[in-house]
Amino acid sequence: MSKEHKIGEIVAEHHRREGPLLPILHAVQAEFGCVDAESEALIAKGLNLSRADVHGVVSFYHDFHEAPDLRPVVQVCRAEACKARGVEAIIDQATATAGDRVKVHTVYCLGLCSAGPAARVGDRLHARLDGPKLSQIIENA
Amino acid sequence: MPEMKTVRISDDALACALGADELAAAFAKNGHEVQRTSSWGMQWLEPLVEVDGKGFGPATLEDVDDIIAGTSEIAIGAIAEHPFIARQQRLTFARAGKTRPLSLEDYEATGGWSGLRRARQVGSEQILTEVTQSGLRGRGGAGFPAGIKWQTVAKAPGVQKYIVCNADEGDSGTFADRMLMEGDPYALVEGMAIAGEAVGADKGYVYIRSEYPDAIAKMEKAIALSAGIVAPFQLEVRVGAGAYVCGEETSLLNSLEGKRGEVRAKPPLPAIEGLFGCPTVVNNVLTLAAVPHILAEGGASAYEQLGLARSKGTMPIQLAGNIKYGGLFETAFGVTLGELVNEIGGGTESGRPVKAVQVGGPLGAYIHPDDFGIKFDYEEYTAADALIGHGGITVFDDSADMGTMARFAMEFCAAESCGKCTPCRIGAVRGVEVIDRILAGGRAPDPVERMDVMHNAPRHGRSQEQEIALLTDLCETMKFGSLCALGGFTPFPVMSALKHWPEDFTGKAAAEAEAAE
Repeated sequence: MSKEHKIGEIVAEHHRREGPLLPILHAVQAEFGCVDAESEALIAKGLNLSRADVHGVVSFYHDFHEAPDLRPVVQVCRAEACKARGVEAIIDQATATAGDRVKVHTVYCLGLCSAGPAARVGDRLHARLDGPKLSQIIENA
Repeated sequence: MPEMKTVRISDDALACALGADELAAAFAKNGHEVQRTSSWGMQWLEPLVEVDGKGFGPATLEDVDDIIAGTSEIAIGAIAEHPFIARQQRLTFARAGKTRPLSLEDYEATGGWSGLRRARQVGSEQILTEVTQSGLRGRGGAGFPAGIKWQTVAKAPGVQKYIVCNADEGDSGTFADRMLMEGDPYALVEGMAIAGEAVGADKGYVYIRSEYPDAIAKMEKAIALSAGIVAPFQLEVRVGAGAYVCGEETSLLNSLEGKRGEVRAKPPLPAIEGLFGCPTVVNNVLTLAAVPHILAEGGASAYEQLGLARSKGTMPIQLAGNIKYGGLFETAFGVTLGELVNEIGGGTESGRPVKAVQVGGPLGAYIHPDDFGIKFDYEEYTAADALIGHGGITVFDDSADMGTMARFAMEFCAAESCGKCTPCRIGAVRGVEVIDRILAGGRAPDPVERMDVMHNAPRHGRSQEQEIALLTDLCETMKFGSLCALGGFTPFPVMSALKHWPEDFTGKAAAEAEAAE
């Protein structure tokens, strides 16, 4: 199925909702791993917006990316509560383990604040991590 | 053949992150009946296994046989009598640990929907009176009286009105919204339906941050299962996209409308012109989830009698960071910080002395142990240049470097600023630079400044004291000039760190200078 066709379907599915742009962008991001310039133009056309409007929204939010990243992603929380529990001491080792194969992505808070350091791979959460456990997660990602 | 038991294990995200699913599967494999309940909130014991009312935690797969045999060494006795639970006054979290989150049967059996039923009988006027009388204030941080907000929306002209639940719980050190949505989703549904009844709104949105996949899934299921009960009121989950600033109400509304999550200038208040320009109630998860209790028979006056001064009722406080007994502690306002950190929380997990406690998330002040007498109350914290925010308490031990933490506060603000107002957008970036210069011991004059033609340029660079004065000035500007709390409150952690731990800002440079000599 062509990109144009698929995005047309996504827009058709959501366009009757109030404020449909964010649900559409989430769907496109999930489908293609990014919201690139071509997708922006197609969405803009479907919703009767300018491409600048859509690009403005895409570039505002951390969850939408302009280019796909095929590497597995490990999100690591580095907010205050996880800092208090020592995430900064293990992050360098984690980045080294990840190398170029895995993307270690910093997030601010996964809501597991009494049991940090915490990480997320897909929809799976991990808590009470230490250096070796985090490295293990990265290796398995 | 051993006796088959009913085993209760939480399906809260934190328990699952620590292996609750695998544990539940192991019990089920041995033939026991496993019930997945909400979490009791004793997070240091997760995954917590409950058999016949007795608790075992933190449990691993090796403990399965011992727990059933009754010989386990991780037994904590009757859960409901555990001091951490017995000391609380749970209203919003009354069902925590006791019910299966998505079971309508469990919800009904524990008084569910009685608030909504009564609300429909007594009608809008009476609901507004009771919510106002209860003294319930917004639990998101600002503490605005919920009843007044609802009255404004009810009186505002407009055919279409909305109820928006702010579940964009981005503050580090807070997880009460997540626990409520994962553990007692119908309470939120009921609270929103009552709000709809009160102000004449038939549509509600729950805006949940994308970092909470479990809460999103639970709320979506709960809304589908209870649609017939709350009809004609309709609910929908909307998922955020990783912007911290969308926890600010006007930014959240823009995000819901499908725009950049930029903050709007107020007025107009969202209560008058909110979502799509219509009158809108925007309340935090905890505010809305407290409503069913208030609307139950006599609930409003019971709620009003708890707490102190103008902070009425209970607050679900979240104990986080480097703390021995972390978790959810709901109690009436008025508890001191010392009680929370040292008595209830048991001090630091690392066993080292407490150095600082940040109350109210990344925008909250760092409080020194000398000030632990401060009582949990909106006004008392404001008077101390601090805030209770969403009720998150993050404990740091003496290995924390407060200069680094202050820098992080500015860095965070710079990364998450929506960009609409200058003090926040530029001030935060400059804030990081100034703190870097303070940590480096001041700044040498650059070559351009030294040139003869630069008549008015200072020739001596800037000393550390001058940089500190600059930071203080910058923080004043951000505090009073920013459009919303992100830029306006970032000075709280920065200035409180500078006030209480100046040696963490100046000490390193001084030590290096000494070593150089």
